[in-house]
Amino acid sequence: MDLDLTPEQEAFRSEARAWLAGHVPRAPLPSLETEEGFAEHRAWERTLHAGRWSAVDWPAAYGGRGCSFLEWLVFEEEYWAAGAPARVSQNGIGLLAPTLLGHGTEEQRARILPAMASGETVWAQAWSEPEAGSDLASLRSVAVRTAGGWLLSGQKTWSSRAAFADRAFGLFRSHAGAGRRPHEGLTCALFALDAEGVQVRPIGRLDGRPAFAEIFLDEVFVPDRDVVGTPGDGWRVAMSTAGSERGLALRSPGRYVAAARRLVALWRAAADPGDTALRDRVADAVVRARAYQLYGYACAAGGPRGAEPSLTKLFWSELDLALHETALDLLGPYGELAGPAGDAPAHGGWAEGYVFALAGPVYAGTNEIQRDIVAERLLGLPKGRRA
Amino acid sequence: MKFALDDEQLEFGRTLGRMLGAADTPSSVRAWARGDHGPGLAVWERLARAGVFGLAVPEAFGGAGPLPVEVAVAFTELGRYAVPGPAVETVAVSVLLARLAEAGRPVLAEAWLPRVCDGGARVTAALPGAPGGSPYALDADVCDGVFVAAGGPDDLFLATGHGPVQPSLDPARRLALPRCGAEPVAAGRAVREAARHAADWAAFAAAAQVLGVGLALLERTVGYVRQRKQFGVPVGAFQAVKHRLADVRVGLEFAGPLVYGAAVALAAGAPGARAEVAAAKAAASDAAYAAARAALQLHGAIGYTAEYDLSLWLGKARALRSAWGTPADCRARTLDLFS
Repeated sequence: MDLDLTPEQEAFRSEARAWLAGHVPRAPLPSLETEEGFAEHRAWERTLHAGRWSAVDWPAAYGGRGCSFLEWLVFEEEYWAAGAPARVSQNGIGLLAPTLLGHGTEEQRARILPAMASGETVWAQAWSEPEAGSDLASLRSVAVRTAGGWLLSGQKTWSSRAAFADRAFGLFRSHAGAGRRPHEGLTCALFALDAEGVQVRPIGRLDGRPAFAEIFLDEVFVPDRDVVGTPGDGWRVAMSTAGSERGLALRSPGRYVAAARRLVALWRAAADPGDTALRDRVADAVVRARAYQLYGYACAAGGPRGAEPSLTKLFWSELDLALHETALDLLGPYGELAGPAGDAPAHGGWAEGYVFALAGPVYAGTNEIQRDIVAERLLGLPKGRRA
Repeated sequence: MKFALDDEQLEFGRTLGRMLGAADTPSSVRAWARGDHGPGLAVWERLARAGVFGLAVPEAFGGAGPLPVEVAVAFTELGRYAVPGPAVETVAVSVLLARLAEAGRPVLAEAWLPRVCDGGARVTAALPGAPGGSPYALDADVCDGVFVAAGGPDDLFLATGHGPVQPSLDPARRLALPRCGAEPVAAGRAVREAARHAADWAAFAAAAQVLGVGLALLERTVGYVRQRKQFGVPVGAFQAVKHRLADVRVGLEFAGPLVYGAAVALAAGAPGARAEVAAAKAAASDAAYAAARAALQLHGAIGYTAEYDLSLWLGKARALRSAWGTPADCRARTLDLFS
């Protein structure tokens, strides 16, 4: 049992570090939840892609480097340690891409992945509906068979990035009828957010920024080649996506390790050393970040990866909040500033990170649903009504 | 990098688990608490034969170590089966004496460690001068050698006796203040350095042990809520119960890698090992204590009785939280983890 990288892996780490040092923008980009910030983040994806760093674990044919899971963890550590921008393509690269690699056709991968890797196409997820949140299988939007494809109708909501994204991947009821259970007869379909029949209405999140959107669909045509997996088998496809969403792939340990380092630096610079209550919270966040990092290494060694994404999601979503809440408390009176202010000390981006972190326990399946899954599937407790 | 147990280490853990599972440890724990050490010592003999007490002892003194990964495997099982006795303290003494030997003073190691490995001598330690150390020696009344490093003057003593046995919140942990004569068995800076190192290893072994305690508490509680019925259904079907146990599982799941991360750091003799050990002890103690609170609550009144075996683990989770570094002590040492 060891934690050593091979010389090749160390060289990979150095290469990533050097490239990032030369390319990460000096000044933080504007929030990606604004039109201007979205465009700048998209341009950053193009830069990343030019260096072949935008999706290192993909096969080279689609723009990746064929990296192992461990190398991906290493890259992510370097990426976040370098203070690089948030990934506007995260939901495509972290969610749709693994789904296509698992369930898509070769034609779909070759057509969709390179444009995703370069930031040319930014993807949004269109799953939730006004009446289908935690109970996703009760969704009502439909896919109706037509010549050469499907017609999508209905309403999706809380779709992250959809305000400015190009395309979306969604789940639709394609095979209705007596005898079917709610999660049967669903189909996973891809559609353009500017297609005929699509209307996008941005929604302001807690700080007012349009971080997500409602999507109205009225007989939107989707050709057969934009259906992922077998029509009617969408639940299985979606659950593999959900595994990615809740697991390590969406929120890598490196992200939290970098935040923990910044938190310790902030504590050293700003805190009263005699305030041991605050120090304990900083230390607790550091310990949890280290635990997540080591958990990632254990997964890379063939440990629990994939089997327990619900455990992971509970862990990272709560850790993210703890890190940001503690940072805001450390900032004293400046902790209420929503962003940089010319007459205040450097804000470190904690406030926007905090607003982002607040959503963590809700999206990707609420933490209550994750606890149900842990209890029923891992501990073997009886299935019950969600009541 | 391969951050996973190999087949041999997994088999070692399974073998110990089978052995301890068949040993009826609850009744030996209860006897131990009454001062009847016989049944517990029979378990200790089997542990000695399995090589557990040689894992922290270098080969030069009859051991197989230092093997911190194997220590973590073994002590997790000791915690899971609530094995009584000064096992963590045996690790502390092993490291203490081996360190003194490395510093050019091999006499104590030569005299004691081969007998510690084969079960011929039982030892314990009180290291109040070291981080997380306590003035009390655990189970001094059943030990042949009680090593005491009080700090201040850097002296190491072999106790000549001990005060009355004081009950712990874990009845199987028997605490007593050692009495020392005037003559130390070793002195100087090497003692202080060795005692600090021994305390790190003790904290590490205690982290693994308390992790095992937490795993046992979760397993027993899951078993209970699956069969205990109220309102016509197993209480484990209720979401309030499920969510509490899910949180316990999350805590234990992420404490495990910290324990093995500390093992790897100790094996490498890395300068950051102290912070890694502290992180493991803080996280494992918190996770096990949360498991204990959930276990007590979800068992209801039966869990609050001394008669029910759950009590053997409940007390241990609380006691091990205080032993060899409180969560606050440990957290203060973790701020250097990433520096």
